[in-house]
Amino acid sequence: MHGSQTDQETQIVLRGFNFYYGKYHALRNINLDIYKRKVTAFIGPSGCGKSTLLRTMNRMYDLYPEQRAEGELLLGGTNILDRGMDINSLRARVGMVFQKPTPFPMSIFDNIAFGVKLHERLTRVQMEERVEWSLRKAALWTEVSDKLHQSGMSLSGGQQQRLCIARGIAVKPEVLLLDEPTSALDPISTMRIEELVSELKDEFTIVIVTHNMQQAARISDYTAYMYLGELIEYGHTDDIFIKPKDKRTEDYITGRFG
Amino acid sequence: MMDLRTERRLKNRLALGVSLLAMAFGLFWLIWILATTLHLGLAGLSLQLFTHMTPPPGSSEGGLANAIAGSLILVGMATALGTPVGIMAGIYLAEFGRHTWLGHTTRFVNDLLLSAPSIIAGLFIYEIYVAKVGHFSAISGVFALALIVVPVVVRTTENMLQLVPNTMREAAFALGAPKWVVIGRVTLKASLAGVMTGIMLAVARISGETAPLLFTSLSNQFWTLDLQKPMASLPVTIFKFAMSPFQDWQQLAWAGVFLITMGVLALNILARVMFREKHKQ
Repeated sequence: MHGSQTDQETQIVLRGFNFYYGKYHALRNINLDIYKRKVTAFIGPSGCGKSTLLRTMNRMYDLYPEQRAEGELLLGGTNILDRGMDINSLRARVGMVFQKPTPFPMSIFDNIAFGVKLHERLTRVQMEERVEWSLRKAALWTEVSDKLHQSGMSLSGGQQQRLCIARGIAVKPEVLLLDEPTSALDPISTMRIEELVSELKDEFTIVIVTHNMQQAARISDYTAYMYLGELIEYGHTDDIFIKPKDKRTEDYITGRFG
Repeated sequence: MMDLRTERRLKNRLALGVSLLAMAFGLFWLIWILATTLHLGLAGLSLQLFTHMTPPPGSSEGGLANAIAGSLILVGMATALGTPVGIMAGIYLAEFGRHTWLGHTTRFVNDLLLSAPSIIAGLFIYEIYVAKVGHFSAISGVFALALIVVPVVVRTTENMLQLVPNTMREAAFALGAPKWVVIGRVTLKASLAGVMTGIMLAVARISGETAPLLFTSLSNQFWTLDLQKPMASLPVTIFKFAMSPFQDWQQLAWAGVFLITMGVLALNILARVMFREKHKQ
């Protein structure tokens, strides 16, 4: 399953990974390598566990006491499932953008400074530079540079989502998790986010969950097909879409099912 | 058989008519009350109202200065005392104890307090404080009013925090924010308008409360800022003066009603305007 990718450096490694919602066994024995500075897409029908898997990578599930994970989830060699793991500094290394844009009720500037202030002490000038840097990275700077002190909620949906991406990368994480980031956006905003993802992979490892198979094919380097809590097939995106090895993958991507 | 479309149109008209009627019925009394307050209150409005003490019956001079100051002190201090407690408890219920045994119990007890007659707050403070120290005092009135503030603020704070979408909390946690930062800088901020409304509701409610003050701060004919002494307040003075047979006292009572109504209205407008400015920034 991991055949031809051995030349790549890994960022996240899962071994014998299992996840439970209470008694419900949601993810079964996942083994997966996610490569550094590549885009990895999780696809599969609703309820297959792709979002669940994504949310374990920054231990988002910690907010809900009935959810738990077992096995190994290695980030740069350390198992982040270990009890002693500092969750807040883990989340500084692994950022996340959600399905719906979630700007905070504060100015555009403060939205971005919020995360940075949690982890670094910057002077006013350094902070201004960081805000500009991240807004430029998120292709939003030209649209908002003259209204940084307006509320982040006054932006359009697509702009809000790019603001959330800017907020995520302002912390300078190693990994960026995108949980269906375009499913609430119009086609033009979606296109801009997709272009953005392709640019951001020069600096960040990106993992994206998507319901849109064309999107996975367009922007990802690697694709994982999941079904009923299991990882069915994983490999180069081209291989998965052109010559899938598993019958179930083929059925899904050809639209015969799902 | 009636045409389906005609039937629906008739039903729609009927429902709309009944709703409009209900609205008119409610508004009718409200406007009548406001009109009476304006009519009778404005007549008693003068500069003396704010400079002179409550008069003995039959005197031509006299105002409500001591009662106005007393009400401001009692309401201000009770709000300052009850609001932080209420907000903290509301935060506990919404952010920490949503599904815990302690949370459910607290919510239930708070609902009881919310609907309890306000005279109970007065009697309670009378029993545990006034009777022990042996005299009526302004501070005991503050305690009684604060007891009324707390459940109102708890309820609105909890409700408003629950309206904040969970995804916003998750987004803040996902940046590596500890829980107190998430609450203080994101969820509480997102529900600021609602929490402020809750505080305003509480202020409006205690501004007119009479019963809890009868057993605690009582009233005072004279000017005092001493919290250990009985203190005059608008509601108790209105209660006393309106029941009296003296024309000048009744006139002052109406002026007091007018002042409370306008005060609460002004405070509401002010809070709304202030909040709007802040939100835009």
